[in-house]
Amino acid sequence: MRTGIKVFILFLILLAVIALAIACGPVRISPAELLSAQNRVILNMRLLRVLTAVLAGSGLAVSGIALQAILRNPLAEPYLLGTSSGAGLAAVIALVCGISRLYLPLFAFCGAVASIILVYLLACGAGRVQEKSLILSGVIVSVAFSAVIVFLVSLSGEKVMHEMTWWLWGSLQVYDPKLLAVVSFPVIAGIGAIYFFSQDLNALSIGEEESMHLGIDSDKIKKLLILVSALITAGLVCVCGIIGFVGLIVPHMMRLLAGPDHKRLIPLTCISAAIFMVVCDMVSRTLFSPLEVPAGVITAIIGAPVFIVLLKRSRRAL
Amino acid sequence: MKTMLETVDLSGGYRGADVLDNISLRVEEGGFLGLIGPNGSGKTTLLRFCTRLLVPRLGKVCFMGKNIRDIGLKEFCRETAFVSRDLPSGFSFTVMEMALMGRIPHLGRLQREGRRDLRIAEEALELTGTLEFKDKYLDELSAGERQRVTIAMALAQEPRLLFLDEPTAHLDIGHQVQVMDLLKRLNRRNNLTVVMVLHDLNLAGAYCARIALMDKGKIFREGTPEEVLTYHNIEAVYKTIVLVNTGPAGGKPNIVLVPGEK
Repeated sequence: MRTGIKVFILFLILLAVIALAIACGPVRISPAELLSAQNRVILNMRLLRVLTAVLAGSGLAVSGIALQAILRNPLAEPYLLGTSSGAGLAAVIALVCGISRLYLPLFAFCGAVASIILVYLLACGAGRVQEKSLILSGVIVSVAFSAVIVFLVSLSGEKVMHEMTWWLWGSLQVYDPKLLAVVSFPVIAGIGAIYFFSQDLNALSIGEEESMHLGIDSDKIKKLLILVSALITAGLVCVCGIIGFVGLIVPHMMRLLAGPDHKRLIPLTCISAAIFMVVCDMVSRTLFSPLEVPAGVITAIIGAPVFIVLLKRSRRAL
Repeated sequence: MKTMLETVDLSGGYRGADVLDNISLRVEEGGFLGLIGPNGSGKTTLLRFCTRLLVPRLGKVCFMGKNIRDIGLKEFCRETAFVSRDLPSGFSFTVMEMALMGRIPHLGRLQREGRRDLRIAEEALELTGTLEFKDKYLDELSAGERQRVTIAMALAQEPRLLFLDEPTAHLDIGHQVQVMDLLKRLNRRNNLTVVMVLHDLNLAGAYCARIALMDKGKIFREGTPEEVLTYHNIEAVYKTIVLVNTGPAGGKPNIVLVPGEK
């Protein structure tokens, strides 16, 4: 079981990174003090933050994998397909209308699904989806929706605006632990569901008709998994805003390491993406401490070169 | 002989426009049927109806006497397999991983391939002469090698009925004969039923037990190569002048093109 060993080693690294992330923060306290009762609040805050990072990294990367296999496009990812922005826009609309935060995931999910349908329709040419224009339409929708988010936020007054700019670049600061709890269920279940269909994803990634010939109802499974990845993305956007490129960077690195077989790729990516996100968050908090850089900025700075490399390698995929 | 595959008054096509017009065709168990005809005569479309990719507007397709719509998709794919003319692209799997995908219809979700699956996949690679590339990635192979890997993947499904759409399109003459010989051998020894679209009339004449000549979505003529491959039939359908000799090897019909300009 070579994959088993790899998963185990990655898991140990994840634990080490989590411990490190909890130990460092804007307030310098020694580990022993951190565990004492008086610092319980700080410990809890940091723990929640690290958990959010783990959830966000794994969720975004695994839904990226699913989308890449379904659309047979290595550049597919919730952010680049406009799914994150769709979810973000719907959530901001709900917030501006004063709807309770606990209903945010529902709105975000509707927004995510609507944006997927919109991108799909935009990419449709002559009755068939042009694979090459899918990412282009995704980016257009993403930019347009982000603009509408800024527009809505600007209209709603100075104070609110400052609070809400993090939607655009993502933050792992947990504002609402209850919301995090609500969201973690669909995200974890979604990751599990995508892993459950890893064999189908293998077949789908060689072709839709090819997978029909292997006994897989590709139409049904495609739709199902697109909904699942929309669900994961929507949940995460509600808690940590729009974080891009995670679903691009980590699956790509893991494919280089472990090959395209989803039975291996998904568990490995799930853990490495968690490590990646925790590290990104640590960098975002400590680089200019006590100032904080949004987590999405860090992932974008790393992600853009990866995007260019992938694009150069698969010209036909855009 | 039992009927393995049968289309009954099959009509249908894409988006309301019928491509096939009332096709009734029977393939017996252990049969070797070649589908020939000009471009756009409906050969590939017929295969798409037989493999459940398209739903008939009228009529039905039966496998072992049962309408294929009433057979579970996975169950159907344990009995039949399809080799496409298009070569797989996208994420690059290794040759062995591709062959193992042929085992998907036999495995449950999350079930790992067992020793038996590995053995069957290796045998399929061996048969198609691709075992030596086992650990290579698909995009490192030539078109002909990839074509043979797709055949290996279909054989790993252990089908009783194999559909092929121009499996020799990307192959040189050496590999064409190798693939056709392999299909004939599996047909004889393992009683594998073969239904294939072919463009090369001489290959069709040399290997197929029966040939269906299609024209404009209908079966123009169906029968043995000697019955179907006559200059009369070919000229009527292809609108091209040909000479038909008795082939020097095996006495099968041998079609010679007659150039219009010298």
